[in-house]
Amino acid sequence: MKLKMTLLAGVMAFVPLNAMAADLTIGFSQIGSESGWRAAETTVTKQEAEKRGIDLKFADAQQKQENQIKAIRSFIAQGVDAILLAPVVATGWDEVLEEAKDAEIPVLLLDRTVDAPDDLYLTAVTSDLVHEGEVAGDWLQKATDGKECNIVELQGTTGSSPAIDRKKGFEKGISDAPNLKIIRSQTGDFTRSQGKVVMESFLKAEGGANICALYAHNDDMAVGAIQAIKEAGLKPGEDILIVAIDAVPDAHLAIANGEMNATIELTPNMAGPALDALEAYLANGTTPPKWIQTESRLYTSDDDNKAVYEEKKNLGY
Amino acid sequence: MFVSSLKRVAPQLLILAIMIGINVIVFPGFLSIEFQNGRLFGNLVDVLNRGAPTALLAIGMTLVIATRGIDLSVGAVIAIAGAVAAKVVVDGHGWHLALLAALSAGIICGIWNGILVAFLRIQPIVATLVLMVAGRGIAQLITEGTILTFLDPGLIQLGAGTIAGIPTPILIWLGLGIVVTAIVRRTALGMLIEAIGINERSSRLAGINSGVLLVLVYLVSGFCAAMAGVIVAADIKGADANNAGLWLELDAILAVVIGGNSLLGGRFSIVASLLGALIIQSVNTVILLSGMPPEFNLVIKALIIIAILVIQSPRVKHMLYLLRASSEPLNREKPATSIEEGRA
Repeated sequence: MKLKMTLLAGVMAFVPLNAMAADLTIGFSQIGSESGWRAAETTVTKQEAEKRGIDLKFADAQQKQENQIKAIRSFIAQGVDAILLAPVVATGWDEVLEEAKDAEIPVLLLDRTVDAPDDLYLTAVTSDLVHEGEVAGDWLQKATDGKECNIVELQGTTGSSPAIDRKKGFEKGISDAPNLKIIRSQTGDFTRSQGKVVMESFLKAEGGANICALYAHNDDMAVGAIQAIKEAGLKPGEDILIVAIDAVPDAHLAIANGEMNATIELTPNMAGPALDALEAYLANGTTPPKWIQTESRLYTSDDDNKAVYEEKKNLGY
Repeated sequence: MFVSSLKRVAPQLLILAIMIGINVIVFPGFLSIEFQNGRLFGNLVDVLNRGAPTALLAIGMTLVIATRGIDLSVGAVIAIAGAVAAKVVVDGHGWHLALLAALSAGIICGIWNGILVAFLRIQPIVATLVLMVAGRGIAQLITEGTILTFLDPGLIQLGAGTIAGIPTPILIWLGLGIVVTAIVRRTALGMLIEAIGINERSSRLAGINSGVLLVLVYLVSGFCAAMAGVIVAADIKGADANNAGLWLELDAILAVVIGGNSLLGGRFSIVASLLGALIIQSVNTVILLSGMPPEFNLVIKALIIIAILVIQSPRVKHMLYLLRASSEPLNREKPATSIEEGRA
């Protein structure tokens, strides 16, 4: 590794910057393709690597940790320059990360972190789930502008960390606004059909006129709820404000159609910041922070959602 | 005839009435039905409408269970049928073709299960497990891993539309339920199916073509699941291969069991299974309306279902009978006789 660095530094004087990266070979151990977001993350990671002229070796673990460990060992055997890892679970990584460290191959974590000593990886690039919820809460506070507002909440799968953290964040976001009150909160299992079913029951139990806003832990549930609201004869986006998280293409489409008000992006581009940090580290040894937080960008009707939709729809969501 | 079949479903009707009663206690406006936006609007309508997938599955599952079989693949068939229907309309064909293609896919899945069970003699639970595991993968291949959305009004009508103000899914499951019940009860078919469930070998020796009949019941189950799949996809205007029909096979089996049908095959009642499906849906509704934190959902559902099954258990029925008999000894000649009666 040291030798390679010296060689690289030597060549650097003669070649333009992206040609330097052309020598890099990086292994990427992906969890699988359990959701549209995951598929988009894979697509974007491949794009980001191609943009930088990096040779990306891709391994799909199909939701199994042993496949990921196998993939990492084979990356080490192939002598890659770095490893990107989206860990399927948090525990059980110490041994294989130790092996990578002994081989002096930096490991960068994408989207999730691991329970291992932090000297075993270079950095972790993740979003902040609590922050996402907070952004949603802040947006609703601004949108209602002090008016009394009863909120219904569609939670993610009970007990899952996005559901817990996005709920916590949202409650934090609206805690200083006495006009905002969550009147019903129930799980929609992150799916469209449950989102629709649960929203139907909210509308019947509370009466459509009594609900002023909907907060959904992901866009899919919001898209399902929009249909339930329409079938109840109300206008989603007007009669009931809708804010959700993820910014999948269909949410941009809904915002463009005026049926949804805001979505907070969980960017599938975790590889971009990770590769930036890696390149800086390899070029001049800049140690990145242990945690790189991705931006939780808010999209509202002020953005050109039609354009974003066109851009995103081919990413594999 | 009518009275005897009413007696058969009396426990289910009673439980359903109790569940609706609990719903009314939790949410007093439960029974109100309004006509809004050209459709019936109310919680009772929701129970009938949202219960449609489970009810459809229960029709096919009842027949399969009557032959002493089980069909674990129905949830996956829902995903496949939804994916096929969505793919066909997205490719620019009409909803008729989409419906036909989806139902054909369901029938093919059913025939596959039937052949494994009837001719290759694989145990039903294993034979259908194959498709349960593989089916969702097939559906994902069809949708290419995304939620395949569509806007075809004809197809959407099947899941989210209404006919004369009544949500279409209600009419579909009621219609299919009546047709299948009529076919098996107006002909000897139902009896032949029961015969297979009670003793397949002797029914074959008696001249029943059990192979063909077994394939037929799995085919009906596949068909019903495909219909449910089309409804589920049409309802959200998209085929979600990951989540459509997930764990619904268990709800369908539960509906059949609540309907008082034995998992060991033999006598069956489709009407009772349909009531079972409605009972399950009213349990789901009570949980949603109660406004309890979602952490309690599964616990509440489990408690209610345990209660239902305990009430139905023959032992408990017998004990209740004894209790009643001993509490009014004056009207009885001897308690001992009542035990004999109870056993008879």
